Order: sequence, then structure tokens, then C-alpha cells
Amino acid sequence: MPIIKADKYPLDPYLRTERLPHVWCPGCGLGIVLNAFLRAMQKLGMDPDKTVVVSGIGCTGRTAGYVKMDSFHTTHGRAIPFALGIKAARPDLNVVVFSGDGDLFSIGGNHIIHAARRNIDITVIAVNNFIYGMTGGQLAPTTPETSITTTSPYGNLESPFNMAGLMAIAGASYVARWTTVHARRLEKGLEKALSKRGFSFVEVMSPCPTAFGRRNKMKGIIDSMMYYQKYAIIKDNPNPLDGVIKPNEKFVIGEFMDAEDEPTFDDKLWELTKRDFLETSQADRAKWILEHRRHLETLATLIAGENIAPQEGEMDE
Amino acid sequence: MSSKDIAADEFLSGDAAAAEGAIAVGCRFFAGYPITPSSEVAERMARRLPEVGGIFIQMEDELSSIAAILGGSWAGKKSMTATSGPGFSLMMENYGLGIMTETPTVIVNVQRGGPSTGLPTLLGQGEFMQARFGTHGSLEAIALSPESPQECFDFAIRAFNLAERFRTPVILLMDESVGHLFEKVRIPPQRNIEAVSRKLPEEVPYPPFRADEDLVPPMPPLGDGHHIHVTGLTHDDEGRPEMTPKMQEELMGRLVNKIRLYKDEIMDIEEDGIDDADIVVVAYGITARSARRAVTLAREKGIKAGLFRLKTVWPFPTERLRELAEQGKKFVVAEVNTGQALIMVEQATRKDAVFVGKYGGEPHKPFEILNGIEEALHADN
Amino acid sequence: MSRTEIKIGGFGGQGVILAGLVLARALSLYEGKQAVFTQEYGAEARGGSSASGVVIDDERVDYPYPLNPDIMVLMSQGAMKTYLPLMKDGGILIIEKDLVRLDKIPESVGEFHSIPATKLAEEVLHNKIVTNIIMVGFIAKVTGVVSKENIKRSVLEMVPAKVRELNDRAFETGYNYDEGAE
Repeated sequence: MPIIKADKYPLDPYLRTERLPHVWCPGCGLGIVLNAFLRAMQKLGMDPDKTVVVSGIGCTGRTAGYVKMDSFHTTHGRAIPFALGIKAARPDLNVVVFSGDGDLFSIGGNHIIHAARRNIDITVIAVNNFIYGMTGGQLAPTTPETSITTTSPYGNLESPFNMAGLMAIAGASYVARWTTVHARRLEKGLEKALSKRGFSFVEVMSPCPTAFGRRNKMKGIIDSMMYYQKYAIIKDNPNPLDGVIKPNEKFVIGEFMDAEDEPTFDDKLWELTKRDFLETSQADRAKWILEHRRHLETLATLIAGENIAPQEGEMDE
Repeated sequence: MSSKDIAADEFLSGDAAAAEGAIAVGCRFFAGYPITPSSEVAERMARRLPEVGGIFIQMEDELSSIAAILGGSWAGKKSMTATSGPGFSLMMENYGLGIMTETPTVIVNVQRGGPSTGLPTLLGQGEFMQARFGTHGSLEAIALSPESPQECFDFAIRAFNLAERFRTPVILLMDESVGHLFEKVRIPPQRNIEAVSRKLPEEVPYPPFRADEDLVPPMPPLGDGHHIHVTGLTHDDEGRPEMTPKMQEELMGRLVNKIRLYKDEIMDIEEDGIDDADIVVVAYGITARSARRAVTLAREKGIKAGLFRLKTVWPFPTERLRELAEQGKKFVVAEVNTGQALIMVEQATRKDAVFVGKYGGEPHKPFEILNGIEEALHADN
Repeated sequence: MSRTEIKIGGFGGQGVILAGLVLARALSLYEGKQAVFTQEYGAEARGGSSASGVVIDDERVDYPYPLNPDIMVLMSQGAMKTYLPLMKDGGILIIEKDLVRLDKIPESVGEFHSIPATKLAEEVLHNKIVTNIIMVGFIAKVTGVVSKENIKRSVLEMVPAKVRELNDRAFETGYNYDEGAE
């Protein structure tokens, strides 16, 4: 195989090259995912100055540290609400959450469901390696049944989340699942996700030979990749409910959801807040006081039946 | 004339006044989760923020509420959340993230009786220590404790100003009684409201944690090509994780000292009748109002008592209390918990104080504190 | 005026919270007094006990809750049992005539007044919801704690426009109620 030598790697403008090499193990799929994400950005001409990457905790969580963009490495599970805060306050920025299955679906599970429900315009890249890698190989909410982990030494008794299916049902605008073997399709999927208005979600199945493969007959660097190739079936518009992953069985990859554009949560928030009558319309003092008085209702309406229920149209008088 | 040019008197609850103070100082982002007795803060923000170009979001829980305001703050908005005991406990981890990443935010805690679900609609002051020691690791906290709706308004403004000045989360430590009682609040004309904003860097890119001489770093805005990296890991001034004892020493030293060295600027204590007092009553929040009455009653009886009110509960005025102890004064501590400020007062004064505690549910009756004053008068130390 | 305490007790739904609030607000904003309004939460939102307190002073009010009310307004039998014993000697007692049964007026009471506010609301104004405002009008009249002009202003500013006229009439009904007539 010819060795290509270059002074500069094409994705250098997107990387904090001084932080490389990264912390990830040989055989880890995170490099492929990061690569696909940056290529997708490049293809779309996305401005790294206007893109914010937010991660939680874990191996995937370290991604934020390598991208040459405004980036946040937050607490375990809280990347989504942190990102939501940024997007709601600065809707002009592209906000991408790049984190792992445990971070997003175990400790952060509640947040991602609600973010999908709200349809906030962020893109979530959820790297699913079946395991808690950084802490040394404990059971994850995605670990397939019967798999061996350090906290399921007799085999996993639980059923894993169907992450893509869950997101599609919760209200995401775009949902896809690819694996690191399907790098081209992954890149395309990320392009679609990044350009989608609304909550977009891409699950990437990615190998962890160190913490998962080693204990589950996928010890070699390419064993997981072979597994993906053998068992993945690409489907057109698969039913989100068919996204369940079982060990040594075929599993579905593809686009689980690609909804029509609808107003996003951040659109609606800013639509509402344009009613800035204090700043722009110079409303008079009387109106301001009247409005203040209406707030007194809050306390009294705690006691049902009080004689000052809010009345529509009062403000117009 | 614009509404901004006229002072207004409003008859407001403490919760509503805190929300109005926040808006007056420029808070334009609020994320929170309903919890009694702080819900009125969120309700008022929900109505008012859209009127002033702000964003209100009701989150799925308190974990996400505080995460969202940290994000909102980095996105350039003065950001706030409001909660009560159970929610405050849930917020503790990301309160630490706010400290570590030097993110200016205001956390309102309208204290109720605890632990656990406790007394949702009734008074407690059990988070005095939690405000300072509730998150893991070491830190210096800033917490303000208002005794009236007027102070809820004024302290909300000050809380934001301190948060922005020191680039750190600030706690507005209210209580159920102050949150729910109504009183006149003077809302000054907008131009008379002093609003401090975070320092912005002059060059691009600027490292997000490179401090000026005052130990506080300018805060780079997002989207301007600073390419900042912000992490809860121990980091250098570029935000790069560097997990070494040396870096920990350097970072923690700065985070702690940026508050400690400016303690006198932050601390705000009301001393009423302390100079000639034999007995000093230490109290904060609603308890200070009971204590003020008790001190008046004591004076009427010829007992020289004075009120030492913690308007800021953190940083704690250790030096001043020690000074007063050295003058031979005796101390009474009144609070609605089993003895939290008491620990700080006894440590500062190096002597036993008479403790007048209540487990929660109602404020002190003035005579209860008066009894404590009389007990102190007859105590040996 | 030195420290004056008012307690209004009843059950949830009678509007005792709003009654206390409009009173305290008028005193605070329009009469130049220091006034604090507090409420006691009943166990239930409706039907449980409900009470509000107003403390008035010329100087800053320190302890904000009524300890021994100078003016006691009772609108339910339950409130009577709970709060009557707290009343200050020589104070003014006002009751809802049909809802509070009092075998005899305690000797410590300095002044006694009663009004069938609920009945008036139903029969004169055909709306039970203004019982509290009738009571407010009556309180203003018999105690003189607040001027008619100022308390009326506070009431009318705090009720929705649609029912302003109704509340105006309710207030006047209470204010002009003649105890001796029945």
C-alpha cells in the first residue's frame, strides 16, 4: 500500500493539532467518527468560528478538546442541556453535541428525550461503543444482552436501548444510525444531520476493542468492524421500532426519521421574545405598571377561586 | 418620558422582587424547574423575559436547569435559575462546574424546611453550609441573604454584579418567608441601576482562563474565533486539561484567591447597636427581622444587645466577629436550622455562643431570641 | 401610628388572601405607611383554612407576622377557633355574621362588628366571588385604618377590568352596610 505523505492534513483547519496525538486507544472508532464529522462540516462549508461543540464525560467526551472551535467539555450527562442553553441564547451558532452512549442515554437520558421532544435545532452525534470505556469497561445502557463487562461478569441481564428508535419516537427531526465501517454513508448522514433544521441525531456504532471487544470475542482491532459488516443491514426508511440490537443477530442501519421542516424550539423562543415592548415600542409607564399588577395574580391564584383570575385582553385597555 | 426614567414603588413578594431585580440588572436568560417556594420567581420570569428580549425555558429538571444557564452565560447572556432545597441539591455538581469554568450565573435558592422533601411550603434555612460546601472539592462561595422584598430586588442586582465582576456563580440565598411576604419595593429608574458586565478580551484569540492582575480572566464570547476550550477538568489558562498537582495548585489558588483577596469588597454586614453591646445577635434572612425585634425588646429591658446581620453569608466575616469577641462581647446565633452559622461564629469568636435554633416551619418569635439574649447575659463566658 | 396588626381568617376560596393584599398594598403605596402582607397556607388549595396578615407601622416593620392582632377579621368558624384567642385586648373584632357563631363576645374585645358579607354578595350582587371585597369595604369603614379613596383605588387596580364595576359596587355595599338596620 502506498504511503501518502503530506505537510498538512486536509482537516487541520478544524483541529487543535497541538493537542494531538489524542487519548484514544488503537482500534478505537472515534477517529473515524471525528473525521466524518469534520469532512461533513468541510463539505457543507460550515464556519468553524460559528460552530460550537459540546461534549459530556467519557472517551467520546474528549472530542471537544481536539476541535478548533468553541468547545465545551461539560459534566457527565449534561452536554445536552448545556448545548440547549447555548443554542437558545445564540441561535445564530451551529451547536453540535458529540458524546457517548452512556453519557447521553444513561446519566443524561432524560435530557436527550426532552431535547428531541422540544425539537431544539442542535445536532447530536452519539457514539455507541456498547460500553463505558474510560472507566474501564462497565455495563452501559447499550450493552447487548449476555455481553461480559466488568460489572456484568456473568453476562448482561438487561436489554439495551434502541437509541435511534427512541429519538425518532421522542420527536427528533432527523435520525440515522451508521457504523464506522460505513464511513461514507456516515459522512453523508452527518451532512444531512448538520444541515437539518431541528433536532438531528446520528448514532454511530463504533468499536471499543480495549474495554468491550476484549471480553466479547472482538479482541482484534478489526473484529468489531467485521462484526458490523456481517450483521448490519441497510434499510430504506426503517421502522424506528426495528432498531433493536441483539448480539450475533442482524441489526438495522439507515435513516430512521427525516421529517418535514417545522419551526424549531429556538425559532419559537425568539419569535416570542421579539415582543420587546419595553425596549422598542416605548410603552408608557401606565402600561408597565398595569403589567406589573397582573403579576400579583400569581400569588393569589395559588389559592383557587380567588377573585383576580387573569383576563385576556386587559393589556389592551 | 420612557418608563426607564421613573422610579416606581411596587408592592411585591420577595420572589417577584428577585425576578425584577434580575431583569433590572440585565438578566436575559432563565432556565428553571418549578419547585415551591421558588416557583413564583420562574413564573414572573416566564412572563417578563419575553417582554425585554430575554429567553425563558422551563427545563426537565434542576440538573438541566443549571447546565442550561451555564451554556446561556457562555453564549453571552446574564443567566439565572431559581430553586429550593431539593433542586439546590441536584444543582450542586454543576454549581462546581460553574466555579471551575468561571461562569458568571446567579442561582436563587428559596430555602424551605428539609432534609429531603421536608416542608415544601414552609420556612427553612438549612442550606447555609451547603451554599459553601455543597459541591465537591474546595472553593470560595459568594452568597447573599435578603431579609425583605426590597433586598431581594437589590441583592439580585448585586448578585449579578458580583458574578460578572468575579466570573463566578453567585447564590441568592433567600428563604420561604422572605420569598412569600409582600412589601413595598422601590424600583429605581433604569439609569440609576449599576450593572457590571464581565470583562471582554481585547485580542482574538484570547485564552479563556488567562487572568488579569485581579486574578479574574476576561471572558471570550462565542462565535468570534476565539476557539475557546472549556472543561471541568483541571486546566491551564488555554483551557487545556492538565491533570497535575502543580496545575491543580495554580488553578485552585487563583480560583480561591480571586474571592478571598477581595473579601472586603464582597462582604456586606449590617451592624445595628453593636458598639456598646454586651450581647451580639447574629442572624440572616427572615430570622434577622425577628432578631431585630428581640434586640429592641432587650434594649427596652435595659440589656445592651445589638444585631449583627449577615447580608452576605459567604464570604463569612470571621475577622470582624473575632474583633468583637476580643472586646468581651457575648454571642447569640439565631437561624432556622440545627446550628450552621453557629459553627462559623464559634470558630470565629473562639467561644461558645447561645444558640437559638428552630427546626423549620416557622420563623422565630421575637421572644424566643430575647430568651437567648437573656441566657447569654447570664452565661459565664 | 405605632405597630398595628390585622389578621383575616377564613377558608380557601373566600378571598381572604386578596382582601389582605389589597389592604396592605393601599397602606403601603398610597398611605405612606410601612406595611407587610403575609399569608398562611392551608393544607389544600380550596376549602382548607386560609389566613392573611397585615402589619402596619410608621417605621420599618421588623417582625412581619401578626402576633396579637389589633384588628381581627373572622370569616369561618374554624378561623374563629384558631385566631380569636390571639386577639389583643381592646382590639376590634369583625365577623362574617352568618358563618361565625359566637355565643358571647369576649370581654377583652374593645369593639365588635358583624356583616353578612356572603349573603350580601349573593343577594345584592348576585356573585359570591366578591364576598371578600364587601368585607374589605366594611373593614375600611368600621376601622378607619385606611382612607376610602386609597383602599378603593387599590381594589380597583387589582381586579380585572371586566369585573371592576362589580367590585366597585361590592366595595360600596360593604362600606355602606348599616349594622343597626337588621
